Amino acid sequence: MTEIRAEMVANVWKVVAAAGEKVHDGDTLVILESMKMEIPVLAEGDGILTNLAVAEGDVIQEGDLIAVIG
Amino acid sequence: MLESVLVANRGEIARRVVKTARRMGIRAIAVYSEADADLPFVREADDAVLLGPAHPARSYLDIDAVLGAASRTGASAIHPGYGFLAENPSFAARVLAEGLTWVGPPPAAIEQMGDKISARNLMERAGLPVAAGSRAPVADESAAVAEAGRLGYPVMVKAAAGGGGIGMSVAADDAGLRTAFATAQARAERFFGDSSVLLEHYIEHARHVEIQILGLADGRVVALGERDCSAQRRHQKVAEEAPSPGLAAGLRDAMQAAAVLAGQTVGYRGAGTVECLVDTAAQDFVFLEMNTRLQVEHPVTELITGIDLVEQQFLIASGHAVSFDPDAVAYRGHALELRVYAEDSRRFLPSPGTITGWSEPSGRGIRVDAGYAAGNAVTTFYDPLLAKLCVHGASRDEALATARDALADFVISGPKTNLAFLADLLASSEFASGDYDTSVIARLRSGTA
Repeated sequence: MTEIRAEMVANVWKVVAAAGEKVHDGDTLVILESMKMEIPVLAEGDGILTNLAVAEGDVIQEGDLIAVIG
Repeated sequence: MLESVLVANRGEIARRVVKTARRMGIRAIAVYSEADADLPFVREADDAVLLGPAHPARSYLDIDAVLGAASRTGASAIHPGYGFLAENPSFAARVLAEGLTWVGPPPAAIEQMGDKISARNLMERAGLPVAAGSRAPVADESAAVAEAGRLGYPVMVKAAAGGGGIGMSVAADDAGLRTAFATAQARAERFFGDSSVLLEHYIEHARHVEIQILGLADGRVVALGERDCSAQRRHQKVAEEAPSPGLAAGLRDAMQAAAVLAGQTVGYRGAGTVECLVDTAAQDFVFLEMNTRLQVEHPVTELITGIDLVEQQFLIASGHAVSFDPDAVAYRGHALELRVYAEDSRRFLPSPGTITGWSEPSGRGIRVDAGYAAGNAVTTFYDPLLAKLCVHGASRDEALATARDALADFVISGPKTNLAFLADLLASSEFASGDYDTSVIARLRSGTA
């Protein structure tokens, strides 16, 4: 199981993947936005996206859980 | 002279404009969002009006809110700074229609230069050199591939209405171009509300050199030398200097003449910047775009000319002569600007947060234009520029030495900053030699500079 956590304070601009989906290493799961920059959050490894913890418009803090790949 | 000015901006540039306005006896009115209430620019203005919530669309980009604040405070002029509404011709027209003085160029000039494709076409007709590129928006990926076939790889993909490097990327082949095109189109629509994309042949080993111009109240256009802005990451400037270490005298003269011609072609008034790419090997240049506003890096020009550009903007906007002799501009020494960003020094990722400590360098040859102070929060809503560290020295070496010392004395705690990266840049042999191009930071990151 891999937990993907936020590296910085950001706004969730776009949720690209959906919980339950099969994802591959490097796939874009979510696109964050901070300071006029888009920051894609990528899958770290292959697996099933068992949890997608954010929704579009959320403000997330450094260390917050974004997704879990099982 | 103007009685008062509303500064429709935030952070360091609002603070900088307020400073000159107050020095000239012009009442300075700040506007701010809920996120910025504690920032120095709000405190230092004579009057300050809350525009609305943090999101730019509901504060700094809200034309009705800005004009409402101007009306309530009896402002006689509006200075837009850079970014936000600065290059929005309908905002400029609204300001004029309200009977206020617009501290900027005529709306028609903003419009003519605002779209990169029409600006390229117009400048080419006027006789300026332009890079091989699109004469009309590129419709789709297939059209882009066909266009790249005509121009030759590598190509630069850009948003026609864009700025700040957003949506820009270089493609080396068809597959890369398809991805770059889709990204550029999506970002262009999202950030600029116009999905038009253009392609230009990409010049490798180029320097990004721009000419400062002023369109005077009497109609003359004068050039105030160049700024070299080749040190960039993500197509955004990180360090700027003047004079450019990469220009021979003849090329400088040719670029200044071209920049004056560009300004004359659109009937320019006020401060503007003509951006060019210089092919260092061939020692020739092409027109890139014109920024119809005060530039972030304007202090570099101020330091080598001794001219306050914001003062000239106010003088020109109110129909007065400038404060210096346009026929006898003297350039003195060398200036550098380093942009201090709230981003980590390794990957350049944004790092908002509360500033717990802030200590600026000061001394001979040092100027700091800062937007923040200790206790302020750096939020996710705006760009990551915290401060501009500017230095002046009798020679480039002296300016570099002053910059290294000043950088070592600059302490910011809280958000991660690029201060350590800026020190690496100054220490790199490539930057220090002066013989660098727009890829210097990429090479530095990969350990080859």
